[in-house]
Amino acid sequence: MSEKATAAAKNAKKPVARKEMTMWQWTWKEMKRNYVAYLMCAPYYLIFTTFTILPVLLSLFFSFTIFNMIEAPQFIFLDNYMRLFLDDDIFIEAVANTLIFAVMTGPVSYLLSLFTAWFINELPPKIRAVVTLIFYAPSLSTGMTFIWKVIFDGDSYGYANSILMRLDLIQEPIQFFKNEAYVMPLCIVVALWTSLGVSFLSFIGGLQTVPKDQFEAAAVDGIKNRWQELWYVTLPNMKQQMLFGAVMAITQSFNFGTIVNDLAGFPSVNYAAHTIMHHLQDYGGQRFEVGYSSAIATVLFIMMVGSNMLVNKVLNKVGQ
Amino acid sequence: MSKKLRTRNHKVVLNRSAGGDMGIAMFLLIFGAFMFIPMYYAVIQSLKPLDELWNYPPKFYVVNPTLSNFGDMFASMTSSWVPFSRYIFNTVLISVAGTFGNLFLGSLAAYVVSKMKFPGRGLLFGAVRYSLMFTATVTGIVNYLTMSAIGLVDTYWAIIIPAWGATLGMFLMRQFMTSGISDAVLESARLDGSSELRTYWTIAMPMVKPAWLTLIVYSFKDLWNTGSSTYIQSEQLKTFNYAIQQIVSGGLARAGVGAAATIVMLIVPVLVFVISQSNIVETMSTSGMKD
Repeated sequence: MSEKATAAAKNAKKPVARKEMTMWQWTWKEMKRNYVAYLMCAPYYLIFTTFTILPVLLSLFFSFTIFNMIEAPQFIFLDNYMRLFLDDDIFIEAVANTLIFAVMTGPVSYLLSLFTAWFINELPPKIRAVVTLIFYAPSLSTGMTFIWKVIFDGDSYGYANSILMRLDLIQEPIQFFKNEAYVMPLCIVVALWTSLGVSFLSFIGGLQTVPKDQFEAAAVDGIKNRWQELWYVTLPNMKQQMLFGAVMAITQSFNFGTIVNDLAGFPSVNYAAHTIMHHLQDYGGQRFEVGYSSAIATVLFIMMVGSNMLVNKVLNKVGQ
Repeated sequence: MSKKLRTRNHKVVLNRSAGGDMGIAMFLLIFGAFMFIPMYYAVIQSLKPLDELWNYPPKFYVVNPTLSNFGDMFASMTSSWVPFSRYIFNTVLISVAGTFGNLFLGSLAAYVVSKMKFPGRGLLFGAVRYSLMFTATVTGIVNYLTMSAIGLVDTYWAIIIPAWGATLGMFLMRQFMTSGISDAVLESARLDGSSELRTYWTIAMPMVKPAWLTLIVYSFKDLWNTGSSTYIQSEQLKTFNYAIQQIVSGGLARAGVGAAATIVMLIVPVLVFVISQSNIVETMSTSGMKD
């Protein structure tokens, strides 16, 4: 072994300082050193990317094309969007209905979840567990919406009709789910009934993390009642859950199409409860117009993510 | 209002006005009735014998409760060429396979993005965090194309594999691991020569049981409610929820059976939830949106 060789070996072993490398060299070195991390999360991220990220990107791409799944997609730039917003009256109605649905269910569901969770927080644990189950159970099974069909059944055997007729408020049974005036409000009520889900549990969990001594300190400092306590102590302590709950409530509020399908059928009477989701179902699932339905999906995506970002920004200011 | 604090059980009791207590009790009573009464009707309806279902006006109680609707549920579908038990089998298979795949792959990825430091982990978690902001409605069309391209259409896999990459459970698992596992414990395991995979399985996972149960409840609930899906066309692969929709569309003659089916449909996720409730609440206390 010559001196030269050992010197070279020494040189090679000497670690290169981070500041001597470019950012990319450093990153690449770190990536190689941590290859196990990538291997371990690869299966999950492969599936997640394929079925959640890729579809959003591909939808955006297809939305600029005509594509019937047989011939290759043909580029038409913004024609799909022009057709959506200028030529498709039913789509405009669907956007309006979707927004009504979202505005009526999102904030109401959020506030109901928050206040119910707060109100039951001081109950003894065993009772609280039972009450939690009563409020949470309707969101556990989508099949339960069936019972609303029985309550608001279109003939006189329905509970609602039979009560209204005995009170002489109506003479003929109302076809609730076949009547344009009733179908939207009823679907919203049922949607609210099923909406105390993940955000509700998140608030219950969040409320239990608020340190008890802060309440005592606040009481000594002159907090007069529970409402001040909520505003000055509780909410600032559970801001993270409030942000998470908002995301859950907003995303959910755009996604009540299935309830409309179950209650009012598809398509609903005179498109009275037609939402963007139904329009998507119509063009994507039944007419196989991939380009056009991708434009619909992209609009829905922008509405969902956009309103989430907006509300997150607002909620971030709570307590500041 | 008096600012004097009362004490009970050696703890400071905060100022609570009687009026506020009354108001809250009223709210919980009214809202609770709204939530509970439809479920009560479903139970009543499922216990009514046929002649009581045809009673006019409909009664809010049952005179001669019977379990025959639950038996008829199985009989009513035998006329179709797929036995009713097959629908239940399909739903159970999809729910169990999907949930456990999601538990293992999701928790593995959650461990990596919460407890290992490497370039790109912020991006990886950010993608999951932002994906909570939209739903499968948006991704459905392209997913159908993907599924048909790789030959998953009309197989159980079309439901099971996407469930393995579900985001909510993974997100909650990651948040719980970030605050629930101390880095020092993992570091000492690594110094002892434990591989990352081994550290994940023998040290991290036993510490996050509440997050497991939470992931199981959410994943199971979603899969259990799988209804008619565009990915599945064969009748013998369709689910329990799909079969219920068929029964229910039969109108009042089937109302008792329909109610019985929805009760069965509800009871399973309720049981799963009741068993794991306290663990879920513990997990949800770390469910914040922060990185």
